[in-house]
Parts: sequence; C-alpha cells; structure tokens
Amino acid sequence: MSAQGAAHIKAICKAAGNDPARLMDIAIAVQKQLGAVSDTAIDLIATHLKIPRVDVDSLVTFYAFFSKTPKGRVIIRLCNDVVDQMNGAAEVAAALETELGIRFGETSPDGAISLEYAPCIGLSDQAPAALINDVPVTHLDSGKARHLAQLLKREGTQARLVKTFGDGNNAHDLIRSMVVNNIRETGPVILAPYTSGSGLKKALALSPAEVIRDIKTSRLRGRGGAGFPTGMKWDFTRQAGGDQRFIICNADEGEPGTFKDRVLMTECPDLIFEGMTIAGYAVGAAEGIFYLRAEYAYLEKFLTAILTQRRKAGQLGQTICGKAGFHFDIRLQMGAGAYVCGEETALISSCEGRRGDPKNRPPFPAQKGYKGCPTSVNNAETLCCVARILECGPGWFAAMGTKGSAGTKLLSISGDCARPGVYEVPFGVKVSDLLKKVGADHTAAIQVGGPSGRMIGPKEFNRIICYDDLSTGGSFILFNKGRNVVDIARQFMDFFVEESCGYCTPCRVGNVLLRNKLVEILAGHGALEDLAYLEELGRTTKLASRCGLGQTSPNPVLSTLENFRPAYEALFKKSRGHEPVLANFDLQAALSQGSILAGRASSIFTPVNGSQP
Amino acid sequence: MAAKPKVATASLAGCFGCHMSILDIDERILDLIELIDFDKSPIDDLKEFTGRCAIGLIEGGCCNEENVRNLIEFRKHCDLLISVGECAICGGIPALRNTLPLQECFDEAYKHGPTVYNPSGQYPNDPDLPLILNKVYPCHEVVKIDYHLQGCPPSADTIWAALTALLTGKPVQLPYELIKYD
Repeated sequence: MSAQGAAHIKAICKAAGNDPARLMDIAIAVQKQLGAVSDTAIDLIATHLKIPRVDVDSLVTFYAFFSKTPKGRVIIRLCNDVVDQMNGAAEVAAALETELGIRFGETSPDGAISLEYAPCIGLSDQAPAALINDVPVTHLDSGKARHLAQLLKREGTQARLVKTFGDGNNAHDLIRSMVVNNIRETGPVILAPYTSGSGLKKALALSPAEVIRDIKTSRLRGRGGAGFPTGMKWDFTRQAGGDQRFIICNADEGEPGTFKDRVLMTECPDLIFEGMTIAGYAVGAAEGIFYLRAEYAYLEKFLTAILTQRRKAGQLGQTICGKAGFHFDIRLQMGAGAYVCGEETALISSCEGRRGDPKNRPPFPAQKGYKGCPTSVNNAETLCCVARILECGPGWFAAMGTKGSAGTKLLSISGDCARPGVYEVPFGVKVSDLLKKVGADHTAAIQVGGPSGRMIGPKEFNRIICYDDLSTGGSFILFNKGRNVVDIARQFMDFFVEESCGYCTPCRVGNVLLRNKLVEILAGHGALEDLAYLEELGRTTKLASRCGLGQTSPNPVLSTLENFRPAYEALFKKSRGHEPVLANFDLQAALSQGSILAGRASSIFTPVNGSQP
Repeated sequence: MAAKPKVATASLAGCFGCHMSILDIDERILDLIELIDFDKSPIDDLKEFTGRCAIGLIEGGCCNEENVRNLIEFRKHCDLLISVGECAICGGIPALRNTLPLQECFDEAYKHGPTVYNPSGQYPNDPDLPLILNKVYPCHEVVKIDYHLQGCPPSADTIWAALTALLTGKPVQLPYELIKYD
C-alpha cells in the first residue's frame, strides 16, 4: 500500500475517534476512498483501533459491499430478486454482459466497471432496477441496459447518468434520482400533511410516562412485521436499569418486495426523526441511531441535511424545543449490504461495528441492547405513527383500523399488477379488495410479507389484513397464473442461502438442503417422498435456528407445499423406467464424467428413455 | 420345518471392515445360521441371488456403475435393506474425493501421484472396468434404504442385536454402549 493510502486510513480512523464501535463507518470510508479494504488496510485499521485483526477481517468479509480486492471504479449491481426476474432481469443481464464484455462477478480488465448481482434493492415497484455505485436506475430493459453500459464505458462515472428525476423529493437537490415514489393511495396517518414539530411539542408538554401511556392507549403495534405493542416495548426500555438508553430506527428493509421505508425516507423524514425524538424522550434516551441500508445510500445526503435542519430548528440537540434537561441527537449509521441486519439484534451488532450476527434473545434489546444498554428498536413506519399519535391524540388513532389493529398500514405492492407501489390502507382491508385496488385480475398466488412470509392462494384471498388474521410487514408480491410457484420458492431459497450469516448450523445447512431439493424437483428428479422430506427439514430448520432468519426462511417452501401442492406434484415424472432407483438419482448425469474419461459409454446401463438397467 | 429366512450381504465402495465386523460375532455365527441362510454374500461366496431374501446388508456407498447395479439387485431381491456403516450411510472415506472433479482424481491417481510410473499417461481402461461415477453416493440416494446401522464399523454386538431383533420380530434395542463411538 502506498504511503498516501496508509495516511488516508489513519485519517479515516482518527476522524471516527479511533473508536472500534465505528468500525462500519471506517470500513465504508476506506472502501470508498481506496476501492477496497485490503489485507494491509485491515492490518492498519486493527492497529489504529487497537483491536484484534480478526475483528476487522470478519466485518469486511461479512458485508456484501466490502471487498478485499479492488473492484471497478463503477460497480453495477443488478437486482435479481423474484420481481426483477419476472420483469426481464435476465435480458438486462445479458445485454450488460455483451456490451461490457465481462460476466457477472467480473471486473473489466481496465478496472473501470464491475458487474454484480444484488438481492432486493428496494425498487421492486419499478423493476428491473440496478444500482450504479449508489445511483439507482429503474425500469431497465435490454435497450436501456446497452445504452447505460455504453455511457459508463465512455464516461467512466455514474455522475451524468440521470437526466430526468422522479416525483416529489426524488427531484430534491440532494437526491436527484430517477426513482419514483409510486404512492398510489394516501391515508390519514402517515402519507398525510404534517407540520414538523407539532407532535414533538405536544409530547414535551407531557411527562415521559404520559407519552408512553398515550402510545399504549393508541394500541400502536410494531409495523416491521412482529407486531409487538410499542408502548410496552418503551415501558420495558424505560424501566430497565442503567443510566444510558438508546433508540434505534430500523429502516433496513431488506425483505425483497418491501420498499415503503424508501418512500417514507424520501417524503416523510421529518416524521420519522420526530418519532425517534419522541421515543427518546419517552424512554429517557439521549442518542438515537438511524440505520440506513447501503442500497439507499442515495438518500444519505438528504437525510443528513434534514437532521442538520432539525438541529438548527432546536428539534434535536441540547434542550430540545426549550424543554429543560431533554437532550437528544440522532446519528446516521450506514449499512453495507446484509439482509440479516434487518433482524433487530443483528442490526445492533452492526451499529456496534461488528459483523451482523444476531444475538441470543433473551435478554431482549429493551433490557440489553446497543453497547449492552437498554435499547428500543422501532420500525421507521412505527415511529411515523408515534409522531402523528402525539399530534392528533391516541383516540383519533385507535378509532381507525380494526379492534386488535389500530391505525393504517403501508403496503408495498409489486409483481403482476397494473399499479405497483405504496398504499396506505386502514387495517381491516380484505385481500380481494386490495387486489381490485391495485389492478390485479389474474392473481393466482401472493407472497405476503416477503420471502420470510407466506405464499397464499385464492382460498385465502378473503382474509383480512390485520395482526389477528393476515399479519404482515406490508409486502405483497403478486403472481399471475402461469408463474411457477416452485421456482419462485427456489429463488427465495437462493436468497436465504446467500443471506444466512452462517453462525448456526440449522440455518447455514438447512437452507442449502431445502434449496438443493427444490432444484432437483424442478429438474424433474423429484419423488413424492421428497415432499415429506421438505416438510420435516423445513420444520427442523425453523425450530432449531438461532434468529428470525432461519426461523422463517423455510416459509416459502412450507407455505407453497401447504397451498400449492399440485404444483409440486405436476413436476414429478411418472416413472423413468428404472425401478427401483430413486427418481432423485440421475444415473446418466452421475456417469457423465467417467464416461468421457474412459472414452466409452456404460456397458451396464444403456441410456434408453432415461436409463434402463 | 419352514425354510429359514435368507440374508444377503455386499461390500460396495467399502473396505470390508463391516464384513469383518459381521464375522466378529464369533461363535454366535453358529446361532445365526440356526436362524438364517446366507444367500448372495462374500461370506459364502455365492455370486448370484438364489431367491427372495428377508434382509440385505450393504457395506459401502456407490462409487462406480457396478456398485449401482449391485445395489439395484439387492433392492429387488431383499424385503429389508440395511445400510451398514459410515460408507454406506454417508459415503465415508471414498467420498473424500467428492470435493474434486473426477479428472483431477484420475490425474493424481494415474499420472502425477508421487509413486506413479506411467510414461504413456493413459488411464486404466479395460472394458471390464466399471465406469466411475462423478462422485460417491450414499446408498439411500440411489435406492430406498430401510434402516441405517451406524459405526465405522458397527460393532459385532450392534450387528448381532439388530439382526436377531429383526429376525425374531422384536423391537431393536441398541443400548448406549453400542452406538457411542469415542
């Protein structure tokens, strides 16, 4: 490494106070400045931070956006999740490869451009989409992809890529993105006009205990998917011992098919930050962390500016809104591409400057969270509701929705429908009514809650969206008749195999076995007994995994088995004529290499319609 | 007196250790032949099945097409098929090659190995040699297997306990001492 590079690293570490808890920020800065976090860089960082080298190494190798070897100056990350695949990601990929003369996973020989796949980048409503460094490009097709590749080859930078901007704040000076909001339906709570500071002022007129009481009265529950009562979580956090507490806003929506937080951050950042500030006041925290996933780095400058603005307006910092003794500030924590960091304990690990390893629960973050202190981790949407509840009153909020599910829910709709995008609907909406609303006439299957949720069929379309019936973090991916649900489940399993942190064996191994069996079945080598195998393996993986990832990752398999069993059965070939060999065992494939090396075909098994002993 | 049930055994990609362990039941083999007749097996050197068998014991996984054919024959002729030992159940030592392409294994074995003298550079390729499979398969990935007897090898007592229980229609009792391996 050059002396200059070493000096950069020293300066970056120093700027972060040589604080090991800021290792994420340091690694991100080094990656950005030097194009890689090389082994030498890892040595230097470990020395400056006075921590074991392995701590730095394990962090760098964990996150998708870090690399030890230099990548291209421009990295194209094409999203290859299910919705993008449905919308022609394969053609886009082929066009990029042809035009750039490199394959996915490669860097052009001149070091200009790298080509990679990324799991969901939060743009399923405008798929196929890609990130060019941190600039999103949407609605791609093969023509646009060729054009894009030519432009990047010619200019070597993404700087002049975006010519027209999206609606709303997407056109803001600090965002300037072609992403569109796709807000299809606004509602009374979140996507409604809001005067910055109005909720906060009312909160500060109450005591913290009264704020928690109001949140409890409003019956607000967590919007991330688990649905834990927010007031109760705050109560636990407040009552936990210790003199330091933290608020973390989880906007790490890595669940493929989820993109509501993207819209919230673009259009309602004040509402989120205000909710965080109120949460800080209620639980007695002085610091909040806003976790921004690397895929949304294009929003970083904008969000930073909003935070600065709020500090200037006295809504963050010391003595907020003149309230003596209430000090609270928010720092932005960038992620670096890891789905598992959406799990709250993994998110905390990441904020602490570690690999995104989940932690054992209990103790729950409310007792022992960030840096071992009581921490309330809330979804961005939940915090938006908080600000509005304080502004308009808990009764106003509780009157909306259903008995057990107060308020409204943001839904991220993607897949086969006329109007994909974000919808704010009151709890209690029937799935079939939602389908009409979004212009989906031929829906055969819906993936509810993303890959970790469930796939439902028409017999469940009369269910109601609320915590007591069809509970969801809000993602609906719609599939028409003709889509292969087994292959969709296989794609989801590919995703989980990639995103498993590898800490516990059931998740690391179980997901691979599930995926491999699906591949076998899809290749026509399945047998009826495989379904029992999948069910048993899926249940074991769920039961024995350490965190929410492995506890939910078999769901695509289990729910399609439950609701779409005929789709599996249709893939079983009746008989391949070589009883009693199992259908899974492909004898001809098993003999292929040996046959080439020997230069002759099998004299035992002649390949007639498969293989006949 | 009714004909005794028949037992057949085979060693596929194994080391014959499991068969040694069968013989290791010592004088109980006299009790065993009161209960059964051996059919196709290296123990009596019978090369072909003479009829329907109650139990087939399989040692070793499948590393070549001959193993597959043999296993198919066993499945066709035996009411119950038992994978005996690590290689039959998991592939065992032979399956160590599964992480390498077949060509690399051949090159190491027949060309580049430190003790190899092979100036012509040819692989052995007599038509009588069975083709080698891309990887070594455990038996239950090729045909349906009814029971697994773990161990490397399973001890004589384990084999004895399993066989006598199956042949007398009693539940198999494998106490802890028989299935611990350290």
